[in-house]
Parts: sequence; structure tokens; C-alpha cells
Amino acid sequence: MRGNPEGHELIAPGSLAAVLELLSRAPGEWTPIAGGTELMVAHAAGQLRAQKLVSLWGIPDLRFIETSPKSIAIGASTTFCDLRAHAEVAAHLPLLAKAASWIGSIANQSRATLGGNLVNGSPAADSSPALLVYDAEIEMVSVRGRRRIPYAAFHTQYKRNAMATDELLYAIHLPLRFAHHRQYMRKVGTRRAMAISKVALAATALVTNGLVNEIRLAAASLAAFPTRLYQTEAALLGQTIAPDTIQAARNALLAEAQPIDDIRSTAEYRRHVAANLLEESLIELGSKETPR
Amino acid sequence: MSACWPTLHMTVNGEDRAVQAPPMKRLLDVLREDLRLTGTKEGCGEGECGSCSVRMNGELVNSCLVPVLQAEGACIQTVEGLAANGELHPLQQAFLQCGGAQCGICTPGMLMAAAQLLARNPHPSLAEIREGLAGNLCRCTGFTRIFESVIAAAAHNAEDSTNRSAEQEADAR
Repeated sequence: MRGNPEGHELIAPGSLAAVLELLSRAPGEWTPIAGGTELMVAHAAGQLRAQKLVSLWGIPDLRFIETSPKSIAIGASTTFCDLRAHAEVAAHLPLLAKAASWIGSIANQSRATLGGNLVNGSPAADSSPALLVYDAEIEMVSVRGRRRIPYAAFHTQYKRNAMATDELLYAIHLPLRFAHHRQYMRKVGTRRAMAISKVALAATALVTNGLVNEIRLAAASLAAFPTRLYQTEAALLGQTIAPDTIQAARNALLAEAQPIDDIRSTAEYRRHVAANLLEESLIELGSKETPR
Repeated sequence: MSACWPTLHMTVNGEDRAVQAPPMKRLLDVLREDLRLTGTKEGCGEGECGSCSVRMNGELVNSCLVPVLQAEGACIQTVEGLAANGELHPLQQAFLQCGGAQCGICTPGMLMAAAQLLARNPHPSLAEIREGLAGNLCRCTGFTRIFESVIAAAAHNAEDSTNRSAEQEADAR
């Protein structure tokens, strides 16, 4: 069934303050729409449930990349093209720049926003594993004020998040303390472009003389939402990367992962590939010593 | 009913245009139905195939995923805007010469994606061409001739700019 444009209201108040006022007056009634790469697909299929939409496109207060010595703040409506074109993102947050290049194609990257990717909350979200291993924080805003939470606490259930109905995702904050960490990220999909991941894994680690002093692992499509792999991390922390620790980490990941069968892959395949990605990441992280 | 819809203004292929349309109407449908610019094609209607690619404010977009309200005030370029003064754009010329078009459904989108690529990167490598056109699906040509067309257009542009600078040098003398 085709969507009927006359069946949906769409307004563009044009400023952040006006959008927040609207969300506050009628909590839950208005659905924010940024680049539309998710909601317009549902609309085309006649499956867009939201009757009232409020446009965030073109609101400058939400589209920015601000760098400071200790962190980078990225406005929620920053597009993946913006991220790919930003020299400091490329230099300091290479996994995020890489994730931006994974999103659909150029025509999607020019419209899809980082905030949209997170609010949409797909378990397969391309930007999520990178944000998780960089300890990202999420800043939300409403007429009541602003608040920040760790990104790791943002997703609460499948397609559910910690935002209240009158809140808007404002910015993603990334600390710049991972410069000396070894970094790894790989996505496995059907093809290189325009493919939603079957499974993806990201890692940042401090490894000295083969010893894992610090490690963060995060995956897409291994659970109902993108998640850190805390138990797998625990199996590695303080250990030396060697065949038996790699095996122990594989076992921890297989115990921790909760993938499902769906149109893109099977739980069995996802488990197997995720464990292989983990092994590959550990061999890479271990072979390249952390620079001092 | 149409009287209730807002009037939206945009610049399409260099001309100021005004349309009255529901804000959630797809830019694709406004271009084809309201502005009668049917060069832009609909393939999948879900942002996967690139047939409906147009340039909006200097960015490549899938017009099937743009609610027209978000194109208010924008500069849009469609495939109809490539040729100037009755002369084909170098990309169009190259697609003709290299056999870059077969059934033609993907061609307008391929041309716009290629135009976007060359605007940002006048001398792309094959890998860059493949990435720039990765969101545009062709079911006829197998892509090789399309990539060759873009390479030919880039070479033509390079030759052109060399000629231009040679002329400028000659003028300077």
C-alpha cells in the first residue's frame, strides 16, 4: 500500500525553541523528522503511524560539530556527510568516520543524521558500536532543561530509549581520550554499500606487552539494541592476548550474545561471525602495541 | 482541497518555481506531477536504488525520501538541468558514447550521482566512482560501461580545463 501524503501533518517551526515548545505542549503527539531516511521509507509503504510530524531539517542549532581539547560535540541533526567531511572527526574518531561511510550510499549520507540513527534505535545501527567503544554521552533537551546520560544507557529495549516524550536528542559528546587506544571495527553485510549489517563489532583497547589494560567491545545485531559486550570484556581484562584467552573470550561472547533469526541473517550465523570478528580484533589489537 | 496546502517556493534547474502541495508529498512526486519534470524516475521508492537522485543545495539526495516541505527554499537540480543551451552535459555525452545507458530507468539518477561526484572530486579514481555511484542500481549494463562513462567525462573535463588554461595563457601573452 502506498502512503497518502494528505494523511499526515508536517510542520517546520524553524527553531529549536519552537520545536521544544511544541513537544512540551502536546507530549507524544508530534514525531520529529530529520533527514527522513527512515520515516519516509515507512511513509512510502503506507506504514508511517505518526500522524503529526515536526521537521528538524534546517535547524542550525541541531547541526554542528564543536571541538574542544577534551571532547567533540556533535549536534543530533549532523549528517553522515558532515561527519565524513570533518577533519577532526577523521583524525580523532576514526571509527565514527568509518561508520559514517557505512551508511547506505552518498544520497543517504547527505540526509541521514547521527541523532536519527540513534533515536531510530535499530539493533543494526551503523554508528552505534563506534559510539559505544568511545564512551559517548547523549545530551537531551526539553523546555525543562538539558541532561546527559552515557550512550550505553540510552537504548532500553528494542526500539525504545531513555528519552521522555517532550525531549529531543540534542547532541552526542565524544571524549578524546582514546587517541592512544588500538581501535578495530568491521561490519559484515550482504554487500559493501546499501546493506544493513548482519553483524558488526567495534573495539578500543590499551594493550601493553600483550597485556590488556583496558578494553571496550560493542556490537550491532547481537541483541535487541546495540550493546557493549561487558562479559567478553571481563574475560579479557588483565589477560595476555594468546590462543587460550582468545578462546575464553570467544566463549564469553557466545554466552553473552543474543542474536535472532530475521530476514537478513540467522542467529547461528551471527554468533559464528561475531566470534570470528572478535578473534580477528584481538589478533589485530594484540599485534599492534599501544603507542606510548 | 488543494487550496489548503501551503505554497512552497524552490529554485528548480535555475528557475524559481512555486507549488501548492501537502507538506509530506515526496519531492519526487512534486517534480514529476506538479512540475512535469518526469526525467527523475521512481525505482524502489525507499531510498535503495537511486533512480530518483537529484541534487538539493549541492548535495545528492533520493527525492523519494524528501518531504517537499523540507525542500522549501532549496536549489534543486534534476537531470533536465544538466544540458545547457541545447548542448548535452559532458556526462550525458560520455554516457551516450560509452554505452552507459540501456533501458534508461537508472540513467537520470546515475547522471546526477556522477555530477555530484565530479563536482566534489573532478578526477575520481575507479574506487571513488564505484563509491559515488554505489547507491544507484542498474539492472542492464553491469555497471562497467557506466563507470567508463564517468571516467570519460572526467577526462573530457580535464582536457577542457587544460585547453581553457592554455587559452588563458595565450590570452595573457
